[in-house]
Amino acid sequence: MIIHCPACGPRSHHEFTYGGDATIIRPAPDETDIAKWQAFVYDRANPRGDHKELWHHAFGCRHWLKVTRNVSTHDISAVELLGPHAKNAHAGEAGK
Amino acid sequence: MQRYSIFSVVRHALSGHKNWQPVWRKPEPKPEYDVIIIGGGGHGLATAYYLAKEHGIRNVAVLEKGWLGSGNIGRNTTIVRSNYMLPKNNRFYEWSLKLWEGLSQDLNYNVMFSQRGVLNLAHSPAQMDAFARRGNSLRIEGADADLLDRDEVARFVPGLDVSASTRFPIHGGLLQRRAGTARHDAVAWGFARGADALGVDIIENCEVTGFQKDGDRVIGVETTRGPIRAKKIGVAVAGSTSEVMRRAGVERLPIESHVLQAFVSEPLKPFIDSVVTFGAGHLYISQSDKGGLVFGGSLDGYNSYAQRGNLPLVEEVMSEVATMFPAIRRIKLLRSWGGIMDMSMDGSPIITTGPLPGMYLNAGWCYGGFKATPGSGWCFAWTIAKDEPHPLNAAFTLDRFYQGAVIDEAGHGPFPRLH
Repeated sequence: MIIHCPACGPRSHHEFTYGGDATIIRPAPDETDIAKWQAFVYDRANPRGDHKELWHHAFGCRHWLKVTRNVSTHDISAVELLGPHAKNAHAGEAGK
Repeated sequence: MQRYSIFSVVRHALSGHKNWQPVWRKPEPKPEYDVIIIGGGGHGLATAYYLAKEHGIRNVAVLEKGWLGSGNIGRNTTIVRSNYMLPKNNRFYEWSLKLWEGLSQDLNYNVMFSQRGVLNLAHSPAQMDAFARRGNSLRIEGADADLLDRDEVARFVPGLDVSASTRFPIHGGLLQRRAGTARHDAVAWGFARGADALGVDIIENCEVTGFQKDGDRVIGVETTRGPIRAKKIGVAVAGSTSEVMRRAGVERLPIESHVLQAFVSEPLKPFIDSVVTFGAGHLYISQSDKGGLVFGGSLDGYNSYAQRGNLPLVEEVMSEVATMFPAIRRIKLLRSWGGIMDMSMDGSPIITTGPLPGMYLNAGWCYGGFKATPGSGWCFAWTIAKDEPHPLNAAFTLDRFYQGAVIDEAGHGPFPRLH
């Protein structure tokens, strides 16, 4: 599986560590509704098909990426740079 | 049902093997059943068998999307053990192991259960201490465990590199002698045959596409072979749990689907007569009766429904085999494949009523589902028949995640890829 890192180009996924589902949203720190925290920690949609997920280029540029990958075919349709440098990056090439 | 015995083998041999009956029927689905089990894998078939045998509920259908046993029951590395440290897990898996010990006689079908022993290797004094603690926990619960030193390990597994110069020198290991392996396909076929003989309809090529509901209550399923109503519906679909439950309107569960790869080498003369696990990484290896070395390692580590994995994990697993058994480092790999694991958020299973009225859920097996097959079916059948869990699976609820009652054997936290 090849991930096209917007900063480094196409790299083996072995250079990356997996950060899981990118669609879950951490509640605000002062959120007191326990159900929202439980949903954040434990509940996942776990879809078959396109999955938005986080990958960390740990053995490369150390950027966090938001990757859209089909979990049945491993086809990657979008890669997006996250963090303070995101606005300066080119849109990631699809990794087909 | 034709009983199998030495006499039936001889009788059929004399008549040219022309009179064997099919092992199970191929019935058309009826419009309504007392219980529908979705998923014709090991757990689903075992559930149907124990529903009929233990609870007298015989108007049961098992719906299977593909052919019988095409999922994880035929994709695992066939290891059976009960050496879990936490009592809630250990009591359940120990009951499952006890069912394994009588399974071939119970089913009149040889599942080739071989109690050859499972040895977990320790590579540091700290790991030996942890194994001693786990062994004590097992013995308190009545399961068996023996702590071996390095010389005992060397005698138990002759091919192992126990030298001081290996990358991760072996200090000893924890051995469960009653653990072992079984013939995985035979388990599916044996439960299918046993359930069928008690009147259960096993319906293959029948995918559940939706659920019929009356308010919140689930009252039937839509399938590729037409609608079927049922008073109770059990779901035992392993890696497809999230997708099937979404069709019932349950959008989110504490489960992620991940791929686990398994490998078989070319056949060898008998070389490993037990099951050995590497403690400085993650590898488990045994030898099948055909001679192939059967082994596997960790998950690939990312969400997947692909039933095939990637190469970095293959390389890692092979390097661990070569480290443990230098003598076989030049043998060839014959086959590899992947299965989709329903990884729960704490690494422990879910056998529960709900989450909707009329529905029962059996999921979250991570990659320990094969050993649990009889115990899971036995407990799930109890839960469906009596509308409440048996004490053995009372802790395996869905809401344990929200009650602070997780059963986290490895202490990894809510990260399914690490369990």
